[in-house]
Amino acid sequence: MTDTPTHAPQGSSDAKLGPIARFIRGTELDTRMLGMVGALLLIWFGFHIYGALFNGGGVFLTPRNLWNLSVQTSMTGIMATGMVLVIITRNIDLSVGSIVGVTGMVMGLLQVEILPQYLGLGHPAIWIVTVAVGLLTGILIGAFHGWLIAYRGIPSFIVTLGGLMVWRGMAFLSADGRTISPVDETFGLLGGGPHGSVGAMGSWIVGILGCAAILWILRSGRASRKKHSFALRPMWAEYALAALGCGTLLGAVLMVNAYPWPKGILKQENLPVDAVVSHGFAIPVLILAVVGILMTILMTRTRFGRYVFAIGGNPEAAALSGINTRWVTLKIFALMGMLSGLAAVVASARLNSATNALGDLDELYVIASAVVGGTSLAGGVGTIYGAIIGALVMQSLQTGMVLIGFGDGSYRKIVVGVALVLAVYLDNLYRKKTK
Amino acid sequence: MANSGTPLVELRDISIAFGGIKAVDHVSIDLYPGEVVGLLGHNGAGKSTLIKCLSGAYKADAGEILINGEKAEISNPRDARSYNIETIYQTLALADNLDAASNLFLGREIVGPGGFLDDSAMEAETRKIMARLNPNFRKFNVPVSALSGGQRQSVAIARAVYFNAKILIMDEPTAALGPHETQMVAELIQELKKQGIGIFLIEHDIHAVMDLCDRAVVMKNGQRVGTVNVNEVTDEDILGMIIMGKKPPQAV
Repeated sequence: MTDTPTHAPQGSSDAKLGPIARFIRGTELDTRMLGMVGALLLIWFGFHIYGALFNGGGVFLTPRNLWNLSVQTSMTGIMATGMVLVIITRNIDLSVGSIVGVTGMVMGLLQVEILPQYLGLGHPAIWIVTVAVGLLTGILIGAFHGWLIAYRGIPSFIVTLGGLMVWRGMAFLSADGRTISPVDETFGLLGGGPHGSVGAMGSWIVGILGCAAILWILRSGRASRKKHSFALRPMWAEYALAALGCGTLLGAVLMVNAYPWPKGILKQENLPVDAVVSHGFAIPVLILAVVGILMTILMTRTRFGRYVFAIGGNPEAAALSGINTRWVTLKIFALMGMLSGLAAVVASARLNSATNALGDLDELYVIASAVVGGTSLAGGVGTIYGAIIGALVMQSLQTGMVLIGFGDGSYRKIVVGVALVLAVYLDNLYRKKTK
Repeated sequence: MANSGTPLVELRDISIAFGGIKAVDHVSIDLYPGEVVGLLGHNGAGKSTLIKCLSGAYKADAGEILINGEKAEISNPRDARSYNIETIYQTLALADNLDAASNLFLGREIVGPGGFLDDSAMEAETRKIMARLNPNFRKFNVPVSALSGGQRQSVAIARAVYFNAKILIMDEPTAALGPHETQMVAELIQELKKQGIGIFLIEHDIHAVMDLCDRAVVMKNGQRVGTVNVNEVTDEDILGMIIMGKKPPQAV
């Protein structure tokens, strides 16, 4: 009975609530998520104001920094969504950083040294084959870990600690420690950068489609509640949610479109120096968004997701209910492996190279993101959006420390470490209070 | 009760051992429709182990299970469910972090087009069945960890009833409950009996057995001491069977 809800509407129905409490009650927003967003905004404004006061100009809340932040977050965010499932089922995966390393090397060798021999340099199929092989490699490694854990009964901590070392070693051996570069040109777009972004028009299309989806979700949710005559949200709350969702999304579009291509790139492309070309959303950010949406659907709308939560809440009850808990566990680790492979795509594309150190120590940031995002190490509780916000919080702290001039590593590590422990402590307090 | 015809369930000559210790040693029991059979014995007497062979949690080393006179293969909980055998466990096999509807449908979710969960439909069904079993139940949207013992037990029972159990196994269903909630469960058992459901009731409380059961099977050290019709014996007879393994003349 240690698991507490993160989504439950709490308390009694008294009418004398303040406007904020009434707003939260009406919209049924997760107060924990609101807290996290609040913390995020605090961090953002804190760094910006610190910069303005002591460094002669705040640079955190600028389109350029926020755009970079979004790209940097995507790699950790992609993996954190998978780590949520791992941690919900009371497991851990310490090997994700090393899987990034080894799949990155496999993809690097494939697209730079093997495929061009058969297809010719710059062949349009190279990036597709490379990504497919990378994801498959991740799935196989993850499934192997999952098999050892679920069917051979070795604790996940041990299996993945072994994996952490084995796959890092493999990453080195695969090319004797060489750095493989440059990557295929199309593949490189998956890492972002001026060319790996969808531009102003593309971003508006993404934004408008997203808004349409938000409105459709709210509408069909209301229709479904009506059909079964459950309590409906008040209309003002529906409008507020729609405005909040679409406003945030369109705000993000305006922000990424406000970051123009730098002059060097304009010159490279033979464009006039005074031309304004917007970046728009970077492709890795769109990959993260798609992963986040698919993973959320998986966790909330499918049997698999329901079983993941059930196993985390009570493994014995899940097994007695006829759930094949071992098979589910294997699939979770295979999925984690695939997402690590996808993160390797983004990371190696962004660096335009594959090195054996790719993804080093990423496991710690990924686990920290999931935990800061509200995933309980006791199992059974966690959300995908929480993990993504958690990744954004962790990345914001790191970026912010660099921007205000404490980027030499030591201070950054101290701040991130303290933030992790503090976040879990605050989470404990929150859970006790809402119980 | 006149038990004639084919029994609903027959466990014949079941044996199961764990590392050389015979937890169940050549035990046979049966159950007829609309009957409540109590299983009694000390801790470690083998009652729960025996019944887990029927619910699919364990597989017997020897012996056979017959459902409606036909041999049944039960090697996991899903097999048991396909024979309409439902189990309510002593440890309340609920996932604490999920709400009542998710628990009720766990492993048998209602899915809509595209294979996606239809949570609204599941909640609506849960509301319907809870209105029948426990009209005071209101906490549909909170994890079951927030429910009282009785409320949790009613979710567990609702799960069995909803899926048309023909054979119900209850492992100390009232162990964690207060007097009022115990009464509620007792009434529910009478109601289920009327519907022709056969119930195996594992109990420690002699009075509950005398009140609720038609027959009682007593086990000791993995073996069956005897089976009695509860209206032919006294509390003392049954206690004698449990404690000393003494078989009264009425027993078979």
